[in-house]
Amino acid sequence: MSRLSSLLGRETALAWGRGGGPLVTLGFYAGVATLVPLAVGPESQRLAAVATGLAWVALALASLLSLERLFERDFEDGALDLIVLSPAPLELACAVKCLGQWIATGAPLALAAPVAAIGLGASPNLAPLVFACAVAGGLAFAFVGGIGAALSLGARRGGLLTAVIVLPLFTPPVIFGGGALSAFASGLPWQAGFALLAAYAAAAVALGPLAMAAACRNALS
Amino acid sequence: MVAAPAFLANPERFMAFSRWAAPTFGVIAAVLALAGLYLGWTAPDDYQQGATVRIMFIHVPAAWMSLFVYFCLGVASLLALVFRHVLADAAAQAAAPLGAGFTFLALVTGSLWGRPMWGAWWVWDARLTSVLVLFLFYVAYIALRASIDDETKAGRAAAILALVGLVNLPIVHFSVDWWNTLHQGASVFRLGGPTLATVYLWPLLLMALAYMAAFGALWLVRIRGELWRRRAEAAALRSARA
Repeated sequence: MSRLSSLLGRETALAWGRGGGPLVTLGFYAGVATLVPLAVGPESQRLAAVATGLAWVALALASLLSLERLFERDFEDGALDLIVLSPAPLELACAVKCLGQWIATGAPLALAAPVAAIGLGASPNLAPLVFACAVAGGLAFAFVGGIGAALSLGARRGGLLTAVIVLPLFTPPVIFGGGALSAFASGLPWQAGFALLAAYAAAAVALGPLAMAAACRNALS
Repeated sequence: MVAAPAFLANPERFMAFSRWAAPTFGVIAAVLALAGLYLGWTAPDDYQQGATVRIMFIHVPAAWMSLFVYFCLGVASLLALVFRHVLADAAAQAAAPLGAGFTFLALVTGSLWGRPMWGAWWVWDARLTSVLVLFLFYVAYIALRASIDDETKAGRAAAILALVGLVNLPIVHFSVDWWNTLHQGASVFRLGGPTLATVYLWPLLLMALAYMAAFGALWLVRIRGELWRRRAEAAALRSARA
């Protein structure tokens, strides 16, 4: 247990402290959210109609950014070999790595998501649901994304490849979260969409590490 | 069903079998496709869709094949991953571009059909969207396979991705259906009513069988080619060492 908690501390510290930490991701998120009105036009009515959806898609894109260094750096400097050799199961170690990644980037993004949505013109009533969706969706993005990151270990053009692998897998959470948000915005029952999003996140947390561990073992074999 | 892969798992037996099976499937595919196309061509125009109903004979079997080939890819990947069998890995590798081709054909013909029927090249209908996501799955598989240099590692990583995709496809399908019913609106895309007249059913079935046979032939040819390539590479390595 202490091995895993110290691994969690290491992962979080690395993701938080090195290379700008969450600031880079937040900066990317802010940049995408700024480009949207420039592309769509500044009329507040038109923006408000797409605000939550855009905040949600930008979140999915921003969570792609940090994936590249999730396994790649440890793979290159040999830390991944040590993690594989440790008595703790590799599946749990992969889950802990994703969790650390989520603490360092997913949680700050979840805090920024309501700000971006309201800034684009969404109703402030939406803020709690945007935050909740971003928390659950961020977990799903981190754990599904981890599969892509682990699979593209040792590949040429790892970063772009990770995005190509991961984006089709992001369809269900993007649909469920976007559905819950747009249902809430138009006064319809939103619980179903949110429940499905949470279920997808739970499934990703439970099953994703199995695929990640298999991919890491394959890359190191 | 289990006996056939076990029998063909031996590469020598597979080569002996596919040597005559591939051309046989090819001939069957050509005969069935000719018959299906003829029947489809002579079928009367639909009272609503006119002559464009004939796109169905190209389009619908392609859409069926797109799912079937992914299923084959998933099974082959599972066998390759569990038993580390070379032939299963070659089969998965050979199936992926074929599946992507069928999916692409389904998307293109669907788009050509949609223009006169719905007045748009593309609508975000549930089925169209899930087929598009399926195409992206194929692209991801091929891209991953192509960008890892070590072939064994590339094969296993791609097999893991294929299985992740196999688990995800039903979820994607469900989520897209859910999304489409949520966004009510233009979803009255029922083609020609619930039942299909016999004049259309026969050519459709013939074309479906033709596609299936064509896939069988192409798959076998591609697996054979892949096995020959691996043998040639191994021979080149041996002679370079000697």
